[in-house]
Amino acid sequence: MSKAKNILKFEFMSFSKNESLARSLVSCFVTQLDPTISELADIKCAVSEAVTNCIVHGYRDSIGKIYITLSADNERNIKIEIRDRGCGIEDIEKAMEPLYTTDGENERSGMGFTVMESFTDKVSVRSSPGRGTKVTLLKKLAAL
Amino acid sequence: MSDMATIKFENTDGMLLASISGEIDHHTSKNLRTAIDNALKEHSPDKLCIDLSGITFMDSSGLGLIMGRYRITENADIRFCVSGTPPRAMTMFKMAGLERIIDFEEKRKDE
Repeated sequence: MSKAKNILKFEFMSFSKNESLARSLVSCFVTQLDPTISELADIKCAVSEAVTNCIVHGYRDSIGKIYITLSADNERNIKIEIRDRGCGIEDIEKAMEPLYTTDGENERSGMGFTVMESFTDKVSVRSSPGRGTKVTLLKKLAAL
Repeated sequence: MSDMATIKFENTDGMLLASISGEIDHHTSKNLRTAIDNALKEHSPDKLCIDLSGITFMDSSGLGLIMGRYRITENADIRFCVSGTPPRAMTMFKMAGLERIIDFEEKRKDE
C-alpha cells in the first residue's frame, strides 16, 4: 500500500450497540471511493467481526475503548486497523482456526476470523496477552 | 428489541415461523435468541422455521444464533429450517458447513 491519501480515526466504548455505529462510520469512509455493493458489504462484515472480537473477547467482562484507523491510498487500497487494550490473545493461530471459540456458551460460532479472511485480501493480527490486540485488514477495491 | 433488528412470530398448524428483519450482529442476536427461545416454550411447535428474507446485514453472530436454535430444536425433537436466506448470508453458512446439517429453504414458508 502506498502513502495514505485519506485517513479517518475514531474510538468508542466497547458497548455492543456500537458495533452498528462502527460499521456505519467505516461505510461512510469507504463509500468515498465508490466501491461496489459487494465490496462495501465485505468490509462492513469484516469490521463487524473484528469489533465484536474486541467486545466479546478483548474486554470480556469489562468495558474499554476500541480504536479504529482507516486509510486509503491513490490505488484504491484500504487499510483498516481495529485495536483494543483488552486481555490479548494467548494463541493467535488457534484463535484463527475456523469454528474455534472460547465463548461457546454465548453461542459464538468461532467463525469471526474465517469471515474476515474470506471478505478481505489480508488479515494480520498482533497481540500481547494482558495488553491488547490489533487486527489489520487490507482490501483493494476494483478499478472504476 | 433493538431498533436494528425486529422479529415477528406466526404460529400455524404446529409450525412456528420466526421472521427476522434488520441487522443480525452480536448486539441484536442476544435479544433475538431470547425471543425465539421464549416463543418455542410458549408455542411448543412441531417445527421452527426462521425466515431471513428481511435481514439487511448478518455477521458470524447470525451463524451462532442459527446453530444455537438448531441444537435446541434437535434436543427437543422439533423440526428446524431456515428460509429466505440472502446470498451473502448463505455464503457464510456454507463457510461453517451448516448447509450439510440444516435445511435451508428458498422461500418463506407462508408463500
